[in-house]
Amino acid sequence: MDSIVSLTGLWPDTAVMLAAPPWEDPSLFAQLIISGIASGSLFAILALAIVLIYRSTNILNFAQGEMAMFTTFMAWTFMTRMDFWPAFFVALLVAAAMGGALERLVLRPVEDGPPLNSVIVTLGLFTIFNGLALWIWGPLPKGFGPFSVFKGSAICASDVCIGRLSLGTLIVALIVMLALYLLFQRTGLGLAMRATAQNRLASQLVGIPVNNMLTLGWALSATVGAVAGVLVAQSVSLTTGTLFVILLYAFAAAVLGGLDSSIGAVVGGLSIGVLKNLSAVYVPPEVGSVDVAMAFLVIVLVLMVRPAGLFGRPAARRV
Amino acid sequence: MLSLRNVHAAYGSVLALRGISLEAPEGGIISVLGANGAGKSSTLRAISGLLRPSEGTIEFDGKPIDKMRPEKIVQMGISHVPEGRQIFTELTVMENLRLGAYTRRDGDAVKRDIDRIFSYFPVLGERAKQQALLLSGGEQQMLAIGRALMAKPRLLLLDEPSLGLAPILVREIFSIIKTISEEEKLTILLVEQDASLALSIADYGYVLESGTVVLEDTAEQLRGNESVRRSYLGY
Ligand SMILES: Nc1ncnc2c1ncn2[C@@H]1O[C@H](COP(=O)(O)OP(=O)(O)OP(=O)(O)O)[C@@H](O)[C@H]1O
Ligand SMILES: [Mg+2]
Repeated sequence: MDSIVSLTGLWPDTAVMLAAPPWEDPSLFAQLIISGIASGSLFAILALAIVLIYRSTNILNFAQGEMAMFTTFMAWTFMTRMDFWPAFFVALLVAAAMGGALERLVLRPVEDGPPLNSVIVTLGLFTIFNGLALWIWGPLPKGFGPFSVFKGSAICASDVCIGRLSLGTLIVALIVMLALYLLFQRTGLGLAMRATAQNRLASQLVGIPVNNMLTLGWALSATVGAVAGVLVAQSVSLTTGTLFVILLYAFAAAVLGGLDSSIGAVVGGLSIGVLKNLSAVYVPPEVGSVDVAMAFLVIVLVLMVRPAGLFGRPAARRV
Repeated sequence: MLSLRNVHAAYGSVLALRGISLEAPEGGIISVLGANGAGKSSTLRAISGLLRPSEGTIEFDGKPIDKMRPEKIVQMGISHVPEGRQIFTELTVMENLRLGAYTRRDGDAVKRDIDRIFSYFPVLGERAKQQALLLSGGEQQMLAIGRALMAKPRLLLLDEPSLGLAPILVREIFSIIKTISEEEKLTILLVEQDASLALSIADYGYVLESGTVVLEDTAEQLRGNESVRRSYLGY
């Protein structure tokens, strides 16, 4: 069963294993890949949340993780009063309202200004949410263990296993991705949101209420972030710092995939998850803990070699 | 159907329109001429709600529209094909056309209208599933016009449809514009650098200079006007 352990060993069933090279222990290798994909799906949906905002407003939301953290605390409070799923969905609604309100009231004035203004605003939001959460919920970690619906023994095929939590995470993440895909590719609203992200002037001219689309984008992004937050908190006890580390991986994932590409966010997230697992086990301990350093390494390497990421549009601005 | 009275507008501190007055009666093609920077595009932007007038009134069918948001103005029946086309380059031709119908709620009619656009511009039909980025300049202009028509406008604002196109293509597009205006009973406000071409299909024309109307007359009269010939027709 998955348990609540330290932040760095996000998926404890793998982190404690001893490292034998892949060719000597292929099932360990397979195991690492599978749980890497599961944790990577978390990075992927948080990266999707980042991309959703970046694509439509060119704003890098540094507060994405803290917003998710805040709503996850709210979910925890709701769960002390109601069942997991109702509490989860109420938290998502609150997250959507919060995201939309933030765009309207806080981001709107800086959206068309120089990028530095919006950076400062989202950094400000970062500290505000962090301080607010500390003030409301205090410094003690909150565990989701008692409420968790992802319980039960791991499911195994020969000697490769996947924990219920990993499986649940993967399924929820897939649902989020599928829902976003259907929204953007199959509905008129999604088409209008894509149009707004691409060309605001043209969108206005065909009659799209552009401001509403931007508000909706933030609401959607905050909701997706909240899903990631609640899922993360199933394996790591929740403190005001929890989501920050996850956000670093998600940023690495978004940069790797290309900041304006949803497919990139997913591929980037899964790759980072697998990479994180493999490096945790196969990099010799003498090298030190590669964990979070790996996220920075990926960001720096991508920005040096291919700034647009794997799937991103090159930075040339259209006129 | 459209009337501007003493419209002033500015970009920050740059005055673009200094008291424009013009009328577009139902059913005709009205041409707006003028040198670079005269305020032609700004006039269209003021009508479609992209540029908020600081003074003056704009009325459409007798209703003031100068304080309405762009999406509201599209719903009233005014479509704007902007300078530089501004199509959605990363979306398909079909998606561009569907977005043109964004304000409409009659889904079945939209499908029929897309087919009608394809009959005016067959090349768009052939490339319906392609990314708009892959279209040639002329095809992009056709798409921009087609997209604007998808809103079922009664007034079409066209900003330099000939920009950057080969002369032969320009003639083709202009003859289609003429056909469309007749078949769809569309009023067209046409901004065009190529004055002789514009005046050849227009019924009436306005000449702008530094943000005001300096001359207006029927197209025929303007073609014969000495100063118009010297400044804009080049003979
Ligand atoms: N976005 C803008 N910001 C500041 N000033 C602008 C802007 N757009 C236009 N102007 C100014 O407003 C005035 C009118 O410009 P406008 O684009 O309406 O002219 P135009 O007649 O369409 O010219 P052209 O034939 O070059 O398209 C010009 O002095 C121009 O410099
Ligand atoms: Mg112009």
